[in-house]
Formats: sequence, structure tokens, C-alpha cells
Amino acid sequence: MSDFISDFWNLYVVVIVLASILACAVLLVVQGKATFTPGKTMGHVWDETLEEYNNPMPKWWSWLFVITVVFALVYLALYPGLGNFKGMLGWTSGGQHAAEVAKMDAAVKPLFDKYLAMDVKAVAGDKQAMEMGKRLYLTYCMQCHGADARGAKGFPNLTDSDWQWGGEPQQIVETISAGRMAMMPPHAHLGADTVKDLANYVRSLSGLPHDSVRAAKGATAFTEAGCVGCHGMDAKGMHAVGAPNLTDKVWLYGSSEATIIETINNGRQNKMPAWKEFLGEAKVHLLSAYVLSVGQAK
Amino acid sequence: MLKHEQIEKSVPLLIILTLAVVIWGGLLEIVPLFFQKSTTTPVEGTKPYDAVRLVGRDVYIREGCYLCHSQMIRPFRAETERYGHYSVAGEYVYDHPFQWGSKRTGPDLHRVGGRYSDEWQRAHLMNPRDVVPESNMPAFAFLANTKAKDSVGADVEKKMEVMRTYANVRGLPTYSDADIKGAKAAIGDMTEMDVLIAYLQGMGTALSTMK
Repeated sequence: MSDFISDFWNLYVVVIVLASILACAVLLVVQGKATFTPGKTMGHVWDETLEEYNNPMPKWWSWLFVITVVFALVYLALYPGLGNFKGMLGWTSGGQHAAEVAKMDAAVKPLFDKYLAMDVKAVAGDKQAMEMGKRLYLTYCMQCHGADARGAKGFPNLTDSDWQWGGEPQQIVETISAGRMAMMPPHAHLGADTVKDLANYVRSLSGLPHDSVRAAKGATAFTEAGCVGCHGMDAKGMHAVGAPNLTDKVWLYGSSEATIIETINNGRQNKMPAWKEFLGEAKVHLLSAYVLSVGQAK
Repeated sequence: MLKHEQIEKSVPLLIILTLAVVIWGGLLEIVPLFFQKSTTTPVEGTKPYDAVRLVGRDVYIREGCYLCHSQMIRPFRAETERYGHYSVAGEYVYDHPFQWGSKRTGPDLHRVGGRYSDEWQRAHLMNPRDVVPESNMPAFAFLANTKAKDSVGADVEKKMEVMRTYANVRGLPTYSDADIKGAKAAIGDMTEMDVLIAYLQGMGTALSTMK
């Protein structure tokens, strides 16, 4: 089917293109027949003695023009350009891209298939696979988790042994494939005083300096306000909802009292995008193994 | 016959003939594009920018994002591996003016929608080095200080009417009166940063595989 909305435009393009090429050819022939008187100048004089001769163009130069005319005709015969005519080679930019992708895919498929068939843990121990995983990581993951995989404020560090959504191979595959959405609801309604108690309690859990009276009150509030629902009775978090363990020394947003108060007041939410559709199963498998390997490398 | 010498010595004649040559080229390079399905038909899923994204787009233009970021993924494997499906003409039907850009100091942004979380976009705009230490992008923290309704969104209704005129000329789906009436309410109290993030998160999603 033609891309033009009516056949007029096909004709329009064909006529203009061919007329232009023809005009160039005619101009070349006509100009080639012009006669020149050797030694005759154009009549200007610059800088006292500098004059311009009216000489014909060098032959090699006019041949270049002939070549461009021939090139144009050959090009239009082979490639799309002349209205609806698709060209004898049938070339399209989309087709070239598809061929490029198919060729590369065929070349790397055995490699990806080999690792896909292996257990994630085994892949994590394979040197070549981790070389590949690292490149994938540096293309798709480093923007949030950092080139060194140590994360940033709000974006998990992958090199520690703490896992918000679980560190079992299957859980990592799941996280990368389908993404994760974590949502800590805001709790400002508890009142500034209670929130401060809670913050002190949370700091006491990981052995940070705190006000012990407030921490004691916070411990009660922790249960009463429903914090236990996600973070658990023992405050060790829950992988199923991505609730962080509050008793370790790993902090996603920061451990200062002010930051914890901000977290409790406003809540936190963040999202890991789903990568399975974009990357495909084989690359997700390799990346999972890579993430597992950087998590173990300590 | 017209002599070279005459053209050279008469400025008006030189201008007229130069224009004639340029117009001749334009007849072929530009005019047919308005009558091609691939350039005038929206790709399925392409929608007019809603009020919030439209003014977010104006922040993008005002800050000159196009100077360092392109919005044009070329059909090369190296690009589609990194960014996703190559860009096609039918995705830009609502872009006036388009933001293709011509230089990539930063990455292409045509399919950045959904690629990162809103939180990432916010942290990154506040200070790019907080999330990507290697980045040389300037910080845009000041965008959080201005309400969109006081700047880019002040005349959003007018902007939408102009966009509607463009769309109507080409027979494309466009805003209803209710959309335009509700524009200010949709923008509400959002900051310039909020509307910019909304724009970024909607970018290139028609052909994207990021969810």
C-alpha cells in the first residue's frame, strides 16, 4: 500500500525528481558546449594586478557532475525515493534494523540459552556470565543503584546483605521481572510527639543514640499505631511488602532523627520498574545472577 | 539569455533566484510529508498531551533540555537495545514544536516514560549527582520553587486552544471544551518540577515496553 494519501503525490515526486535530474544533465551538456577565448579576463582587477580569467571548468570537475547524475539514477533504481517505487533492493530502515537485531540475536542466543538453563546461583559463579551481567547492569540498572551498586538515598544498596524484597534467587528474579512498588503510608496524624517517640524507638532498635524515655513510649506506639503490620512484631521487616528491617544498620533514606521523623510523617513510596518485557527472560536471569553475586561479594 | 555577470551584479535578482532554488528543493523535501500517512497518522496509543503534560513540556522547552537530550531513537540495534523501540513519525503528531534535538550530551529521552520512578526523577532533578555520581547534568532544584499555575500554566487554556486548532486542521482527536475548562484544576498546585515529571513519565509510551 502506498504511503501517500493519493496517487497524485506519487506522480508529483516522480515528475519533480526526474525533471531536476534531467535539468542538471541538460545544463551540463549546454555548458559543455560554451566556447571560451583563452586569455580573456572577466574585467575585474583587485589589489592592483589580480585578475580573473574566464576559463572553462577543469574536465575532472565536470566529470564529477556527470557522475552525480548517473549516481542519482542508479540510487533511485536501487533504493526507495522515486514516489511509491520501493527500489529494486527492497531496502527499508526498519528492515535493516530487524536484520541487524536478528543477526546479533542468533549469535548470542546459544550463550544466553546456556545460562538460562543454569541455576541463578551457578550463573553467579560463572566468570563470563558475570562479565555479561555487569555490562547489562551498567546499561540498565546503574542510573538508580549506582555504577558501584551501592545505591543512593531511596535506592537500595545491592552490595550489602540486606534485602528489602528478599535475597533468594527466585525473589531477585521476581523483583527485576515484575518490578516492585513499596508504599509506607504517612503517619503525621499520630501527632508530633508520638512520631518523635517512634523515631527514638526506631533508633534504639539499631543501637543508635536515643532518648530512652521516648523510645519506651515509642515501643508501645509501634504496636498501637500499626507499624507492626508491615515491619513485624520484632521490627525485622517483611519481604512480602518490602518493609525494611529496622533493627539492622542499613538505612534506605537515612538514620538521623529528623529523617526518620520525615519518613514517619510523610510516608515513603518508591517503585522499581518491571524489566521482563523490555529485557526478556534471559537477560533478567543474567542480571539476577549479577545482583546476587554483588550481594555476596564481601 | 541571463548572464552570470548580470546575476552577480544585481542583488534583488540574486535573492530571487536563490529563493527559487530553495523553494524547488522544498517542494520535494517538505511538501510531500504533509500528505504521507506515516507522518500524519498518529501511532495507536498516541494521545494529545493532557493539560499537565502540555505545560510540563513547556518547562522542558524553556529550560532547553533539547540542547543536551534528543527525542529520536534511530533504528540501530545499539540504540534500540538501550532505549527501546525506534521512534516513528506517527508518534510526534502532537508535538508543536517537536523536540527531536540534535545532540546527546545526555541520553535520548524519547522512551524515558516509566523507565524510572517519579521519586527517581525528583531526586535526579534536584541534584543529578545524588543518584548518578558521574553525571554532568545541571541541577534543576529551583523548579520546585515555582507553582506551574503561576508560570507555564498561567495561560494553559490558550495553549490548549492553539493545539486544538492544529489538531483540527489535520483532523486528529483533540481536547474537548471540558478538557480545556478543567485544565487549571488539573494543574492545581503542582510545581514546575511536578509537571515536568508528568511530562517525562508520559514520554514515548505508545510503543514502549516499559510498564
